[in-house]
Amino acid sequence: MPTYVRTDKCDGCKGQDKTACVYICPHDLMKLDKDGSETGHAMKAYNQEPEQCWECYSCVKICPQQAIECRHYADVVPLGAQVQPLRGSESIMWTIKFRNGNMKRFKFPIRTTTEGSVNPFSGKPDANQSDLGNHANLFTDGMHDCDMSQFMAS
Amino acid sequence: MNEPEVTVNPEVVEEECDILLIGGGMACCGAAFEIMKWAEGTGLNIKLVDKAAMDRSGAVAQGLSAINTYMGENDPADYVRYVRGDLMGITREDLVYDVGRHVDDSVHNFEDWGLPIWKQKGFEDKKLRDGGKPVRSGRWQIMINGESYKWIVAEAAKKALGMENIRERVFIVRLLTDANDPTRVAGAAGFSVRDNKIHIYKFKACLLACGGAVNVFRPRSVGEGTGRAWYPVWNAGSTYAMAAECGAELTLMENRFVPARFKDGYGPVGAWFLLFKAKAMNAMGEDYQEKNYESLKDNGYDKYAVGHAMGTCLRNHLMMIEMREGRGPIFMDTPTAMANLAATMTPKEIKHLEAEAWEDFLDMTIGQCGVWAGENIEPDKEMSELMPTEPYLLGSHAGCAGLWCSGPEDLPGVPEHYHWGYNRMTTVKGLFTAGDGVGASGHKFSSGSFTEGRICAKSMVKYCLDHPDMQPQLSRSTEELVDEIYRPVRTFIEHKDYTTAIDINPHYITPKMLQFRLQKIMDEYVAGVATWYQTNEAMLELAERKMKMLKEDSLKMRAKDLHELLRAWENYHRIIAAEAHMKHIQFRKESRYPGYYYRADYKDINDDEWKCFVNSRYNRDNGEWEMKKVKWQPLIAVGEKEPEGMRHQGPEM
Repeated sequence: MPTYVRTDKCDGCKGQDKTACVYICPHDLMKLDKDGSETGHAMKAYNQEPEQCWECYSCVKICPQQAIECRHYADVVPLGAQVQPLRGSESIMWTIKFRNGNMKRFKFPIRTTTEGSVNPFSGKPDANQSDLGNHANLFTDGMHDCDMSQFMAS
Repeated sequence: MNEPEVTVNPEVVEEECDILLIGGGMACCGAAFEIMKWAEGTGLNIKLVDKAAMDRSGAVAQGLSAINTYMGENDPADYVRYVRGDLMGITREDLVYDVGRHVDDSVHNFEDWGLPIWKQKGFEDKKLRDGGKPVRSGRWQIMINGESYKWIVAEAAKKALGMENIRERVFIVRLLTDANDPTRVAGAAGFSVRDNKIHIYKFKACLLACGGAVNVFRPRSVGEGTGRAWYPVWNAGSTYAMAAECGAELTLMENRFVPARFKDGYGPVGAWFLLFKAKAMNAMGEDYQEKNYESLKDNGYDKYAVGHAMGTCLRNHLMMIEMREGRGPIFMDTPTAMANLAATMTPKEIKHLEAEAWEDFLDMTIGQCGVWAGENIEPDKEMSELMPTEPYLLGSHAGCAGLWCSGPEDLPGVPEHYHWGYNRMTTVKGLFTAGDGVGASGHKFSSGSFTEGRICAKSMVKYCLDHPDMQPQLSRSTEELVDEIYRPVRTFIEHKDYTTAIDINPHYITPKMLQFRLQKIMDEYVAGVATWYQTNEAMLELAERKMKMLKEDSLKMRAKDLHELLRAWENYHRIIAAEAHMKHIQFRKESRYPGYYYRADYKDINDDEWKCFVNSRYNRDNGEWEMKKVKWQPLIAVGEKEPEGMRHQGPEM
């Protein structure tokens, strides 16, 4: 479902250092129309190539204004449904609205640590340079037990 | 105008480093994590370049609901048996084993960094590394709350490498060999998708990990739904194309993956089959696996099946018989599965079960929820259609297309031709790959790709330290590279005013139309959905002829802005990847992967002649492909439960 940007909510992230959806889209689809020459809506973002949208929701999840939603692929899906997330720091809330009006809500955890708090090397050993040519070792030295009798040549 | 208008003469930014990581997905994140520790104190300068933003780049951008490769209580040798069983016998067991022995450690790190991993009752607060027992949805799969999987892994990778060494939104399109040694890589070139800049890197070694190839074949949905590919639509075959054009040997490029998924949304079926125990049936309610099982004998496919244990392609095959013969649609009976599970549950547990079923999609294929919501399908009330998708080329999921790589030499019985120096180095010196890039070793998935990136990292450090005096020199001039990379922009600017309609112009072709042409050729002649995945010599000959002209016309692609320049180069990469696929299918005169594709003129699995690798090398100067058979060598003893075909040693050579 290509994502779309609501004119009543998008502010082009003008108070921020970058336009969030333009920054995050893995497929370079979101574009900021600074002067309105492309959409008629100045300083608002839009999906410039909807038929290349993977519906990964990266733009929907990151938008600080909740201005981005999805309208399911028009060539495949009947109108009227909506799947909308609200991504917080620890969990994500999903609201699923069916075409017939039925609703479902789900909440799932997304991480157990605070965003930005990851220290990749905290509590990890240093690499032992004498092991540089040893394939049985990565620097964390956590290789799985191996039953070498399973090899035909063992 | 909003964007910086494209210009004929972009600024050129030249950089030098020891090691360049090309890509920002799981493999390069793994490399970023591992490499800094080995490089400590060596003075090596390491950079990363990504065409997207690392937080959401690569195949895990959307998230995942499971980690598909985690050994836990299993021995890595059994993992090799599972992988070779799924890939019809022919795998590089050294590479597969290498991933297996190291992968759990990577998953333990993900958990340290904050990835929530489902635990069995009684182990809720115990980490995997401390003996916590995961919830398995299969022998090798563990369930996670994976919406932020990539976000978390990227955070660790960015911290490890330092943002000052990372450049996002630069698309590398070409690798460059060394001026004094054409068998050595010395650099890479690409462009910014944000400003008019060409970026040229000079280095001693690089990790090329830019994913598999999607949208090479015409997808089943061709309007707005074109983007709803099963694998990420931004995987443009760049890994295979850039490596091939640099002279690297490819292997098993005839392999492809055709996932059978929920129709239109391509939502995952793994948890439904394995965790919820759902059954699939044809339109008459018949169990088609049971019904068609005997027919496997007709073409020798039964040699690779033991009861219901068989390669994914063979399960596809049994389903496709029904669809070809008009007994579709195929349904997955989700209501019965849910009812069976709910029979012994409390209302609260049932609610939890329903949430788990939806999370499976919301974590990784949100679009499937869109399809269900739009069609008023609630899986506990109504069955859903299954459908085999268009083909994908990849090396990390249930496929094994990719580059021919050197493996670890420490495993018992590895033959000489499996290793030539550095682990995961291709046949081009200094060029390493991981994840979807490594051929003949599928089923790594996210955790295995990250792990393979780590393996590369260590090898690349060793390679650089072993060659302290190496002075890379680029084989091509800056001017040549600018001419080539910005050709679509220059073509557009030169000819745009010839016609009144910007998209219709005899002097150029839009990247979009070029992609449609490629997809039409692949779909209709190279065993796409149009022919129910069948092809033959005559069809391939026509494909070859049409591809040649398409390749010629690719030089006339236009780019009206930087976004279209991105598409132009992605589609160029798609053509090379597609051509490799076509040449390999043409060369392998058997149907090794029935259910993925059929050579209608060679329908059998022919172990006597074809239980071997097919390798190829592309000559960029004359556009010719050199094809050859390479001896396959098993390392792990055949287990009691493995099918008969596993014992066949393949042709003498």
